[in-house]
Amino acid sequence: MKKSFPWLVAPPALTLIFLFGVPLLLVLAVSFASRGTYGGIEWALTFNNYTSIVDPLYLRIFWRSLWLAVVTTAICLVMGFPLAYVIARAPQRRQGLLLFLVIIPFWTNFLVRTYAWMFILRTEGLLNQVLMALGFIHEPLTILFTDWAVLIGLVYGYLPFMVLPLYAALERLDRSLIEAAWDLYAKPVQVFTRVVLPLSKPGVIAGCVLVFIPSLGAYVTPDLLGGARTMMIGNLIQHQYLVVRDWPFGSSLSFVLMAGVLAAVLYYLRAGGARSLA
Amino acid sequence: MEMRDREGNGNSVELREVTKRHGPTVAVDRLSLTIRKGEFFSLLGPSGSGKTTTLRLLAGFEQPDSGEIIIEGRHMEGVPPNRRPVNLVFQNYALFPHMTVAKNVAFGLEMKGLAEAAIGPRVVEALEMVRLAAKQERLPAQLSGGEQQRVALARALVNRPAVLLLDEPLGALDKQLRLEMEVELKALQERVGITFVCVTHDQEEALTMSDRLAVLQHGKLLQIGTPEEIYRAPASAFVANFIGVSNGLSGRVEGIVGQHATVAVEGIGVIHAPAVAGLVAGAPVLVTIRPERLHLARGPEPDGFQNQVSVRVAKTIYAGNETQYLLTLPNDQTWKVRIPNADGAAKRFQAGESAYLKWRTAEAVLLPE
Repeated sequence: MKKSFPWLVAPPALTLIFLFGVPLLLVLAVSFASRGTYGGIEWALTFNNYTSIVDPLYLRIFWRSLWLAVVTTAICLVMGFPLAYVIARAPQRRQGLLLFLVIIPFWTNFLVRTYAWMFILRTEGLLNQVLMALGFIHEPLTILFTDWAVLIGLVYGYLPFMVLPLYAALERLDRSLIEAAWDLYAKPVQVFTRVVLPLSKPGVIAGCVLVFIPSLGAYVTPDLLGGARTMMIGNLIQHQYLVVRDWPFGSSLSFVLMAGVLAAVLYYLRAGGARSLA
Repeated sequence: MEMRDREGNGNSVELREVTKRHGPTVAVDRLSLTIRKGEFFSLLGPSGSGKTTTLRLLAGFEQPDSGEIIIEGRHMEGVPPNRRPVNLVFQNYALFPHMTVAKNVAFGLEMKGLAEAAIGPRVVEALEMVRLAAKQERLPAQLSGGEQQRVALARALVNRPAVLLLDEPLGALDKQLRLEMEVELKALQERVGITFVCVTHDQEEALTMSDRLAVLQHGKLLQIGTPEEIYRAPASAFVANFIGVSNGLSGRVEGIVGQHATVAVEGIGVIHAPAVAGLVAGAPVLVTIRPERLHLARGPEPDGFQNQVSVRVAKTIYAGNETQYLLTLPNDQTWKVRIPNADGAAKRFQAGESAYLKWRTAEAVLLPE
């Protein structure tokens, strides 16, 4: 324990302090300033940036973001659990290949993949063509530039973040525990609810946190797939910084978002997830 | 239904020509055996003998490729584990780590849909039976290995199954605890009167606890019988070896006169042994003598023993109540002999000494090779 090489921590610590901590403090400071006439920053202490968030227009965007993030997390959990379970129960040799397939999308830039989704989802896109060719629909569905498109994009983008921690938890699950429950008269559903789910709770919590946080602050996906009509917090913040040039208001929005995420994570940890991250 | 289960032929478990393949290997090969109601039955064999697969077939985790399994008069084909009248005590106990001892034991009754008021007393009763009532609020991780094992037993027995399956029940315990549990497990089985089917690779365990046992190798049944039958008259050289007879001499039958056979062993000479059915002159045989039936003496006087071989003591191991000797025979074979120490220290042999190994004709067993 004596040889802990504290100097090894120096590079990441310095990086975090100067490239993350200091800018964050700057943003905090700016959030209490006000916008100059031509978009500059006027250093006069004010809480206006925070009070003006309580506007139905902005609250609606916060609410939509929260709602989309919750639904995305739920869908990822429902879709990711069976996938992770199948991978964890596959023969040892094949698990590596299956995990590899899960992370293969990371090989391509997220922006490129999102553009690909635009081609799939647009009115004359692949999805509509296939559905019409199969006779399920007679006129193209409007999916692109709606909440549905954003939801599809978010689920697609963050599903691997759900699958990986779930896999880690399920892979550690002793197979004989499942057999023991089965032997003790549990039906398959009961085996799942009474043994598999409680024992994979750390993975469920870790996966939910990993999907919920980036979903809430998503920017690229709603921008490209949601169009102008579906704005999420991330887009609102970008809008304030780059279009409206109201840096102080953009900063306050950022801090409210951060506080919200922090509160959600703390709630998760208090609810029993502390063990999972320890 | 209940009535039909209870009558029948007194058999608890019946396997008929059961075969199970795992890929290219035949794990269980046309295995037929019958286990009687209320008996402590062991499946004994080395790893890969198919004993664990047999247990899993009985529990229902695997289905036979062919053959029939009948438990309490009911055909088990297509019956999943949760609807079989059996419970399994897992080798690693498989206690649910997120449940207390009491919750673990109550699990089976809860899944059966028993009323909560009925579950409590039965859980307490089962835990008292294994002397763990005081620890019912603990988590499995807070218990010792022996205690965990008793919880696993209680968790299975509380359901009052027709057959209790045990997979290497004492394998994970240290030696002292294992000897205690052997006795305890047998006593428990007699008290509850449930059929126990126990898988083990430990011959001593199987001999101590079982009413009857089956010796398996490569998925085939080699011999079935009481411990005494198998110990006294092993059916083959493999069974003899596995059951703990390490001393054997390979030779050829020289002559048979009535109940008496003589065997020529290269480098040793002629050995006398009781004849067995089917023995013909010239046939290769293995002469086995149980280590505890051998006598070690300093002089070559017959003293009433019909067989003797001159040996050299290679190693002496003092083991409390007995001394174990490793002896080198004239044909360079090494035998292990156990001599009780009651005779006094003066008669013990030291490594390097010459001695004579003697035994009576009746103590030898001839096995066809």
